[in-house]
Amino acid sequence: MVSLNSYLILSAILFAIGTIGVLTRRNAIVIFMCVEMMLNAVNLTFIAFSKYLGNLDGQIFVLFVMTVAAAEAAVGLALMIAFYKNRESIDVEDMNMMKW
Amino acid sequence: METLFFLIVAAIAVITSILVVANKNPLNSALSLIMTFFCLATLYVMLEAPFMAAIQIIVYAGAIMVLFVFVIMLLNVRTEAARRGKHALFLGTMTGLLLLIQTWYTVGRGSLAGVRGPVDSALIAKVGHTELLGTALFTDFLLPFEITSILLLAAMVGAVILSKKKL
Repeated sequence: MVSLNSYLILSAILFAIGTIGVLTRRNAIVIFMCVEMMLNAVNLTFIAFSKYLGNLDGQIFVLFVMTVAAAEAAVGLALMIAFYKNRESIDVEDMNMMKW
Repeated sequence: METLFFLIVAAIAVITSILVVANKNPLNSALSLIMTFFCLATLYVMLEAPFMAAIQIIVYAGAIMVLFVFVIMLLNVRTEAARRGKHALFLGTMTGLLLLIQTWYTVGRGSLAGVRGPVDSALIAKVGHTELLGTALFTDFLLPFEITSILLLAAMVGAVILSKKKL
Protein backbone atom coordinates (compact mmCIF):
# COMPACT_ATOMS: atom_id res chain seq x y z
CA MET A 1 0.00 0.00 0.00
CA VAL A 2 1.52 3.28 -1.10
CA SER A 3 1.03 6.02 1.46
CA LEU A 4 -0.63 9.34 0.74
CA ASN A 5 2.59 11.19 1.51
CA SER A 6 4.40 9.47 -1.39
CA TYR A 7 1.83 10.79 -3.84
CA LEU A 8 1.94 14.27 -2.31
CA ILE A 9 5.73 14.40 -2.47
CA LEU A 10 5.77 13.18 -6.09
CA SER A 11 3.25 15.90 -6.88
CA ALA A 12 5.40 18.49 -5.09
CA ILE A 13 8.46 17.42 -7.11
CA LEU A 14 6.56 17.71 -10.40
CA PHE A 15 5.22 21.11 -9.38
CA ALA A 16 8.71 22.37 -8.46
CA ILE A 17 10.14 21.15 -11.77
CA GLY A 18 7.31 22.96 -13.56
CA THR A 19 8.10 26.15 -11.65
CA ILE A 20 11.78 25.90 -12.54
CA GLY A 21 10.81 25.47 -16.18
CA VAL A 22 8.53 28.52 -16.18
CA LEU A 23 11.22 30.66 -14.55
CA THR A 24 14.23 29.55 -16.60
CA ARG A 25 13.03 28.85 -20.15
CA ARG A 26 12.61 31.51 -22.83
CA ASN A 27 10.51 29.69 -25.39
CA ALA A 28 6.86 30.63 -24.74
CA ILE A 29 5.52 27.24 -25.85
CA VAL A 30 7.84 25.39 -23.45
CA ILE A 31 6.75 27.72 -20.64
CA PHE A 32 3.19 26.85 -21.52
CA MET A 33 3.96 23.13 -21.36
CA CYS A 34 5.52 23.62 -17.92
CA VAL A 35 2.29 25.30 -16.77
CA GLU A 36 0.37 22.27 -17.98
CA MET A 37 2.74 20.08 -15.96
CA MET A 38 2.05 22.13 -12.83
CA LEU A 39 -1.70 21.72 -13.39
CA ASN A 40 -1.18 17.98 -13.67
CA ALA A 41 0.78 17.89 -10.43
CA VAL A 42 -2.18 19.53 -8.71
CA ASN A 43 -4.54 17.02 -10.33
CA LEU A 44 -2.49 14.18 -8.85
CA THR A 45 -2.86 15.76 -5.41
CA PHE A 46 -6.63 16.04 -5.86
CA ILE A 47 -7.05 12.42 -6.91
CA ALA A 48 -4.75 11.11 -4.15
CA PHE A 49 -6.69 13.02 -1.51
CA SER A 50 -9.97 11.87 -3.07
CA LYS A 51 -8.90 8.23 -2.73
CA TYR A 52 -7.59 8.50 0.81
CA LEU A 53 -10.55 10.54 2.08
CA GLY A 54 -13.14 8.40 0.33
CA ASN A 55 -14.75 11.41 -1.32
CA LEU A 56 -15.35 11.95 -5.04
CA ASP A 57 -15.44 15.77 -4.96
CA GLY A 58 -11.71 15.99 -5.71
CA GLN A 59 -12.12 14.03 -8.92
CA ILE A 60 -14.97 16.26 -10.06
CA PHE A 61 -12.64 19.18 -9.48
CA VAL A 62 -9.99 17.47 -11.62
CA LEU A 63 -12.54 17.32 -14.44
CA PHE A 64 -13.03 21.09 -14.20
CA VAL A 65 -9.26 21.70 -14.04
CA MET A 66 -8.88 19.67 -17.24
CA THR A 67 -11.61 21.71 -18.95
CA VAL A 68 -9.93 24.96 -17.97
CA ALA A 69 -6.57 23.59 -19.14
CA ALA A 70 -8.05 22.69 -22.53
CA ALA A 71 -9.59 26.16 -22.92
CA GLU A 72 -6.34 27.76 -21.81
CA ALA A 73 -4.31 25.72 -24.30
CA ALA A 74 -6.60 26.67 -27.18
CA VAL A 75 -6.58 30.42 -26.41
CA GLY A 76 -2.89 30.50 -25.43
CA LEU A 77 -1.69 28.76 -28.57
CA ALA A 78 -3.87 31.06 -30.70
CA LEU A 79 -2.22 34.01 -28.93
CA MET A 80 1.21 32.55 -29.72
CA ILE A 81 0.35 32.16 -33.40
CA ALA A 82 -0.85 35.78 -33.48
CA PHE A 83 2.35 36.91 -31.76
CA TYR A 84 4.51 34.89 -34.15
CA LYS A 85 2.79 36.52 -37.12
CA ASN A 86 3.76 39.96 -35.75
CA ARG A 87 7.25 39.31 -34.48
CA GLU A 88 8.55 36.14 -36.20
CA SER A 89 9.55 34.83 -32.78
CA ILE A 90 8.01 33.26 -29.68
CA ASP A 91 10.82 34.22 -27.34
CA VAL A 92 9.39 35.78 -24.18
CA GLU A 93 12.18 38.38 -24.24
CA ASP A 94 10.59 39.79 -27.41
CA MET A 95 7.22 40.22 -25.72
CA ASN A 96 7.83 43.83 -24.74
CA MET A 97 5.30 45.76 -26.81
CA MET A 98 3.39 46.90 -23.72
CA LYS A 99 6.52 47.99 -21.93
CA TRP A 100 6.65 51.69 -21.25
CA MET B 1 5.01 -5.07 -5.22
CA GLU B 2 2.69 -2.08 -5.44
CA THR B 3 5.31 0.15 -3.82
CA LEU B 4 7.95 -1.02 -6.31
CA PHE B 5 5.58 -0.28 -9.21
CA PHE B 6 4.81 3.14 -7.77
CA LEU B 7 8.51 3.92 -7.41
CA ILE B 8 9.24 2.92 -11.01
CA VAL B 9 6.36 4.98 -12.43
CA ALA B 10 7.23 7.96 -10.19
CA ALA B 11 10.88 7.81 -11.27
CA ILE B 12 9.88 7.79 -14.95
CA ALA B 13 7.50 10.71 -14.34
CA VAL B 14 10.20 12.77 -12.61
CA ILE B 15 12.88 11.97 -15.23
CA THR B 16 10.61 12.83 -18.16
CA SER B 17 9.46 16.04 -16.49
CA ILE B 18 13.10 17.04 -15.98
CA LEU B 19 13.61 16.31 -19.69
CA VAL B 20 10.71 18.67 -20.51
CA VAL B 21 12.62 21.50 -18.84
CA ALA B 22 16.12 20.47 -19.97
CA ASN B 23 15.52 19.69 -23.65
CA LYS B 24 16.61 22.37 -26.11
CA ASN B 25 14.20 21.31 -28.84
CA PRO B 26 10.52 22.14 -28.04
CA LEU B 27 9.33 19.04 -29.90
CA ASN B 28 11.39 16.77 -27.64
CA SER B 29 9.95 18.62 -24.64
CA ALA B 30 6.43 17.95 -25.91
CA LEU B 31 7.13 14.23 -26.38
CA SER B 32 8.61 14.00 -22.86
CA LEU B 33 5.53 15.75 -21.49
CA ILE B 34 3.30 13.15 -23.17
CA MET B 35 5.30 10.45 -21.36
CA THR B 36 4.79 12.30 -18.05
CA PHE B 37 1.05 12.37 -18.71
CA PHE B 38 1.01 8.63 -19.35
CA CYS B 39 2.83 8.02 -16.05
CA LEU B 40 0.25 10.17 -14.25
CA ALA B 41 -2.54 8.17 -15.91
CA THR B 42 -0.92 4.99 -14.55
CA LEU B 43 -0.90 6.52 -11.08
CA TYR B 44 -4.60 7.42 -11.43
CA VAL B 45 -5.35 3.75 -12.15
CA MET B 46 -3.43 2.82 -9.00
CA LEU B 47 -5.57 5.36 -7.10
CA GLU B 48 -8.76 3.58 -8.27
CA ALA B 49 -9.78 6.35 -10.65
CA PRO B 50 -9.90 4.56 -14.05
CA PHE B 51 -12.20 7.17 -15.62
CA MET B 52 -9.77 9.96 -14.76
CA ALA B 53 -6.95 7.88 -16.28
CA ALA B 54 -8.90 7.51 -19.51
CA ILE B 55 -9.70 11.24 -19.57
CA GLN B 56 -6.05 12.03 -18.84
CA ILE B 57 -4.92 10.06 -21.88
CA ILE B 58 -7.72 11.21 -24.21
CA VAL B 59 -7.81 14.90 -23.29
CA TYR B 60 -4.24 15.64 -22.15
CA ALA B 61 -1.99 13.21 -23.99
CA GLY B 62 -4.39 13.20 -26.93
CA ALA B 63 -6.07 16.52 -27.59
CA ILE B 64 -3.98 19.13 -25.78
CA MET B 65 -0.56 17.71 -26.67
CA VAL B 66 -1.57 17.23 -30.31
CA LEU B 67 -2.46 20.93 -30.31
CA PHE B 68 0.98 21.75 -28.86
CA VAL B 69 2.87 19.57 -31.33
CA PHE B 70 0.76 21.00 -34.17
CA VAL B 71 1.62 24.59 -33.21
CA ILE B 72 5.32 23.79 -32.71
CA MET B 73 5.47 22.27 -36.20
CA LEU B 74 3.35 25.06 -37.72
CA LEU B 75 5.59 27.79 -36.34
CA ASN B 76 8.73 25.78 -37.20
CA VAL B 77 10.40 26.83 -33.95
CA ARG B 78 14.07 26.07 -34.05
CA THR B 79 16.25 25.21 -31.10
CA GLU B 80 16.40 28.30 -28.96
CA ALA B 81 19.60 30.18 -29.62
CA ALA B 82 20.23 31.68 -26.21
CA ARG B 83 19.04 30.57 -22.84
CA ARG B 84 18.43 32.90 -19.96
CA GLY B 85 21.45 34.39 -18.22
CA LYS B 86 23.26 32.66 -15.37
CA HIS B 87 21.55 34.80 -12.73
CA ALA B 88 18.03 34.05 -13.95
CA LEU B 89 18.86 30.34 -14.20
CA PHE B 90 20.25 30.29 -10.67
CA LEU B 91 17.42 32.29 -9.13
CA GLY B 92 14.73 30.30 -10.94
CA THR B 93 16.21 26.99 -9.82
CA MET B 94 16.58 28.26 -6.26
CA THR B 95 12.94 29.43 -6.19
CA GLY B 96 11.79 26.04 -7.43
CA LEU B 97 13.89 24.16 -4.88
CA LEU B 98 12.70 26.44 -2.09
CA LEU B 99 9.09 25.70 -3.09
CA LEU B 100 9.88 21.97 -3.05
CA ILE B 101 11.46 22.08 0.40
CA GLN B 102 8.59 24.14 1.78
CA THR B 103 5.95 21.77 0.38
CA TRP B 104 7.88 18.71 1.54
CA TYR B 105 8.10 20.11 5.06
CA THR B 106 4.39 20.95 5.17
CA VAL B 107 3.38 17.54 3.81
CA GLY B 108 5.59 15.79 6.35
CA ARG B 109 4.04 17.70 9.26
CA GLY B 110 0.36 17.17 8.53
CA SER B 111 -1.80 14.10 8.78
CA LEU B 112 -5.05 13.12 7.11
CA ALA B 113 -8.32 14.17 8.75
CA GLY B 114 -10.13 11.31 10.45
CA VAL B 115 -13.40 11.90 8.61
CA ARG B 116 -13.90 9.51 5.71
CA GLY B 117 -16.45 9.86 2.91
CA PRO B 118 -18.73 7.10 1.67
CA VAL B 119 -16.64 6.04 -1.36
CA ASP B 120 -14.32 3.06 -0.91
CA SER B 121 -12.94 0.26 -3.10
CA ALA B 122 -15.96 -1.98 -2.59
CA LEU B 123 -18.42 0.72 -3.70
CA ILE B 124 -16.30 1.59 -6.74
CA ALA B 125 -16.12 -2.10 -7.68
CA LYS B 126 -19.87 -2.54 -7.21
CA VAL B 127 -21.31 0.62 -8.82
CA GLY B 128 -18.49 1.64 -11.15
CA HIS B 129 -16.29 4.70 -11.10
CA THR B 130 -17.84 6.36 -14.14
CA GLU B 131 -21.36 6.02 -12.79
CA LEU B 132 -20.37 7.47 -9.41
CA LEU B 133 -18.72 10.43 -11.11
CA GLY B 134 -21.65 10.95 -13.46
CA THR B 135 -24.15 10.94 -10.62
CA ALA B 136 -22.13 13.48 -8.68
CA LEU B 137 -21.57 15.64 -11.77
CA PHE B 138 -25.25 15.83 -12.75
CA THR B 139 -26.69 16.30 -9.26
CA ASP B 140 -24.38 18.14 -6.85
CA PHE B 141 -22.24 19.84 -9.49
CA LEU B 142 -24.81 20.67 -12.16
CA LEU B 143 -24.30 24.45 -12.12
CA PRO B 144 -20.47 24.31 -12.41
CA PHE B 145 -20.91 21.77 -15.21
CA GLU B 146 -23.18 24.15 -17.13
CA ILE B 147 -20.80 27.07 -16.56
CA THR B 148 -18.02 24.91 -18.01
CA SER B 149 -19.90 24.80 -21.32
CA ILE B 150 -19.95 28.62 -21.43
CA LEU B 151 -16.21 28.67 -20.69
CA LEU B 152 -15.54 26.28 -23.57
CA LEU B 153 -17.70 28.36 -25.92
CA ALA B 154 -15.82 31.53 -24.93
CA ALA B 155 -12.48 29.77 -25.46
CA MET B 156 -13.58 28.53 -28.88
CA VAL B 157 -14.71 31.99 -30.02
CA GLY B 158 -11.52 33.51 -28.58
CA ALA B 159 -9.27 31.06 -30.40
CA VAL B 160 -11.05 31.67 -33.73
CA ILE B 161 -10.88 35.47 -33.35
CA LEU B 162 -7.23 35.45 -32.27
CA SER B 163 -6.02 33.35 -35.18
CA LYS B 164 -7.75 35.45 -37.83
CA LYS B 165 -5.57 36.87 -40.58
CA LYS B 166 -6.06 40.52 -39.71
CA LEU B 167 -6.19 40.90 -35.98
